[in-house]
Amino acid sequence: MNETDLGLWAVPLAMIGGAIRVSTPFLFVSLGECLTERSGRINLGLEGTLVFGAMSGYAVAYESGSAWIGVLAAALAGMLFGFFHGWVCKLPKVNDIAIGIALMLLGMGLAFFFGKPYVQPQAPDLPAISFGWWSDISQVQAALQVNVLFLIGIVLTVAMGWMFRTTRIGLIVRVVGDSTDAARSMGLNPNVVRLLATGAGGALAGVGGAYLSLYYPGSWNEGLSSGQGLMAVALVIFARWSPVNCFWAALLFGGAGALGPALQSVGISSGYYLFYAAPYVLTLGLLIATSSPNRALESAPGELSITK
Amino acid sequence: MNRRTISRRSLLKAGAATGALAVAGALPFGAAHAADLTVGFIYVGPKDDFGYNQAHAEGAAAVKKMAGVTVVEEENVPETVSVQKSMESMINFDGASLMFPTSFGYFDPHILAVAPKHPDVRFQHAGGLWSADKHPKNAGSYFGYIGLGQYLNGITAGHATKSKKIGFVAAKPIPQVLMNINAFLLGARAVDPTITCQVIFTGEWSLAVKEAEATNALADQGCDVITCHVDGPKVVVETAAGRGAFVCGYHADQSPLAPEKYLTGAEWNWANVYTGMVETMMGGGTIDNFVRGGLSDGFVKMSPLGPAVSDTARNQFEAAKAEIMKGGFLIIKGPINDNKGNVIAPAGKSFAEDDIALESMDYLVEGVIGSTS
Repeated sequence: MNETDLGLWAVPLAMIGGAIRVSTPFLFVSLGECLTERSGRINLGLEGTLVFGAMSGYAVAYESGSAWIGVLAAALAGMLFGFFHGWVCKLPKVNDIAIGIALMLLGMGLAFFFGKPYVQPQAPDLPAISFGWWSDISQVQAALQVNVLFLIGIVLTVAMGWMFRTTRIGLIVRVVGDSTDAARSMGLNPNVVRLLATGAGGALAGVGGAYLSLYYPGSWNEGLSSGQGLMAVALVIFARWSPVNCFWAALLFGGAGALGPALQSVGISSGYYLFYAAPYVLTLGLLIATSSPNRALESAPGELSITK
Repeated sequence: MNRRTISRRSLLKAGAATGALAVAGALPFGAAHAADLTVGFIYVGPKDDFGYNQAHAEGAAAVKKMAGVTVVEEENVPETVSVQKSMESMINFDGASLMFPTSFGYFDPHILAVAPKHPDVRFQHAGGLWSADKHPKNAGSYFGYIGLGQYLNGITAGHATKSKKIGFVAAKPIPQVLMNINAFLLGARAVDPTITCQVIFTGEWSLAVKEAEATNALADQGCDVITCHVDGPKVVVETAAGRGAFVCGYHADQSPLAPEKYLTGAEWNWANVYTGMVETMMGGGTIDNFVRGGLSDGFVKMSPLGPAVSDTARNQFEAAKAEIMKGGFLIIKGPINDNKGNVIAPAGKSFAEDDIALESMDYLVEGVIGSTS
C-alpha cells in the first residue's frame, strides 16, 4: 500500500467514496418504489424484499458460482414479492400500507429462515471497475472503485426519467397513478398496470439487496440491512417522485452516511452519535426548506393513499 | 456446505409421533439414555458467525467429544421468554442437567426465573452478574479477560505496520471494548513507542455497512493493520484485507477469510473451560459460582501466527506470551496518561488484568486517536 496523508481532504474524499459505495441499495429501492408509487400504490414492504433479495442473491451466487446469476435470482425473488403485494392489493378494501408492513416482516422472516446455511460460506463478489487509474493516490483509487450495479443504476435512472416523460408506457403509468377514473375511461385496466409496476419495483429492490450481500459489505448475515429499504421509501417522497432526484437523494444519503467514520478517522471524534444522525438531520432540514403551504407534494400521484 | 440441522420443534414432533409406537431404541436420540450427563448450549446468533457465537459453539463441539456426554444445542434464540422455553425443553425433554445459555441478556430475568424451578440443574452463564446474596446457588457466571490477547495482537501489528498507524473498529465505548483498544495499542507500542492507533466507533454491535465504512475510513488514513471488537468480525476482516491491510482477529479464528493478511487473533478458548466444567460435574464436584480467567488460565488463546508474521515479530510475540503465561502480567503500567493528558497511573502504580479497577475503564490511553463519547 502507498498511502498519502490527505489531512482533512480525507473527509470529502470519503464522502464521495461512501456515496458511490453505500448509495446503490438506496438507489435501486427508491427507483423501484418510485415506479410503484407513480402507478398509485405504496409498497412499504421493500425492506423485506431487500433483505430477501440479499439472501437469495447470496445463496444462488454461492450455489451457482456466479454473482450475476445471484443478482438475477434476487430480481426474480423481489418480483414475486412485488406481484404478491400487487395481487393482494387489488382485492377490494385492502389497505396497501398495512399489506406492505406485513410483507416487510414476512420477507425478513423468510430470509432469516432460508438464509441460515449461508452465513458462513463465501460467495463470489460482483465485479467493480476502477475509475481511479489517473491518480497515484491509493485512497482516490479505492474511492473510485465503482461497482457495475451502480453504473446500471445510473442508466436505469435516466431511462426511467425518459420513460415517464416521453413514452407511452410512462404515460400509462402516470395516468393510472393520477386518476383511476381517467385510466378506465381510456380503456386501461389500473389493476394490471399497478400489478406490473409493483412487480418491477420489487425486482429492483431485490437487486438492491443483492448489492448489499454480493458487493458491499459483501456477505450475508442477519444484520446486513440497517433499514436501507425503509429509508429508500422515504427518499421517494423526498425526491418528489422523480427518478433523477432519487439518484441525487441516494448519493446524498450514501455520502452523509460516510461522514461519521470519516470524521472520526481524521480525529474529529467527539459526538459521533450526532454525526451518524447526519443523513436524517439533512433530510429533515431539506424537507423543511423545500416545503411550502402552496407547493407541498405538488408532484404526488393523485391516487396515492397517503395523499388522497 | 453446512450440515443441515433438524430444528428442535420438528424433532419433538417427530418424537411425539413415533412415541406412540413406544420403540425407544428406534429413536435417533435413544443413545442419550446411556449418557451420564446431558449438556445444553443456547446461542443468541448463528453458531457459525466467525464471532462470539462460533467461539461458544467450538467449546460445545469439544464437550461433545467427551465420553458419556450428550450435547444439545439451539441457536438464534432471542433474549426473550423464548430462551426460557428453550431451557425448559432441554431440561424436561432432553434431560439436560448442565446448561450453558451463552448470551449476556439471558441471565436476568430468564435464568433467574428458570433456575429456582430446577434445583438439580446447573446453569452456567457467560457474563459477570452473579452475586452470592441475590442469585440462586445453582446458577453461576464465568468470563474471560481477553485484553492480553489484544496486547499480543498489538505486538504482531507493531511489527507489521509500515505507516506506524494501526486501526480499531469498535462497537461501543464500554469498559471491555476500551480495554481491548488500549491493550492493542500498548502491545504495538511495546514494539515501537511512536505507533498510534486510530479507533472508530460504529455505535452498534452489528452494523455491516457501517463496519465496512469504518474499515475503509481507517485504510484511507493509512492504517495498515486493523482489528475490531464487534459481534461478527467477518465484514471488517474481509474489507480490511480487500484494502491490502493486515488484520488481527477477535472472538474466533478468522484466518480462512484472509489467509495471507491474517497475523493472529485473540480467541476465546471455551473448549478448555467447558470441558473442565463438565469434568467437574461428572466427577461429582461443584463448579465455582464465579469464574474468571485470561490467557494464563486457558480462557483465551491466540490464533496460529499467519504467514506474514516475521521472525522478529514471532520471537517478541512468543517472549511476551511466555511472560503472560506466568500470570499476573501488568497490562496498564504507570506512568501512563490517557489521550486527553490526564494521569491514569503515576510511576510505580500498575494494574493487572484482573484488577477490579479495570472493569470501570472509561479512558483511551495516550496514543489512541479517538474519543469515548
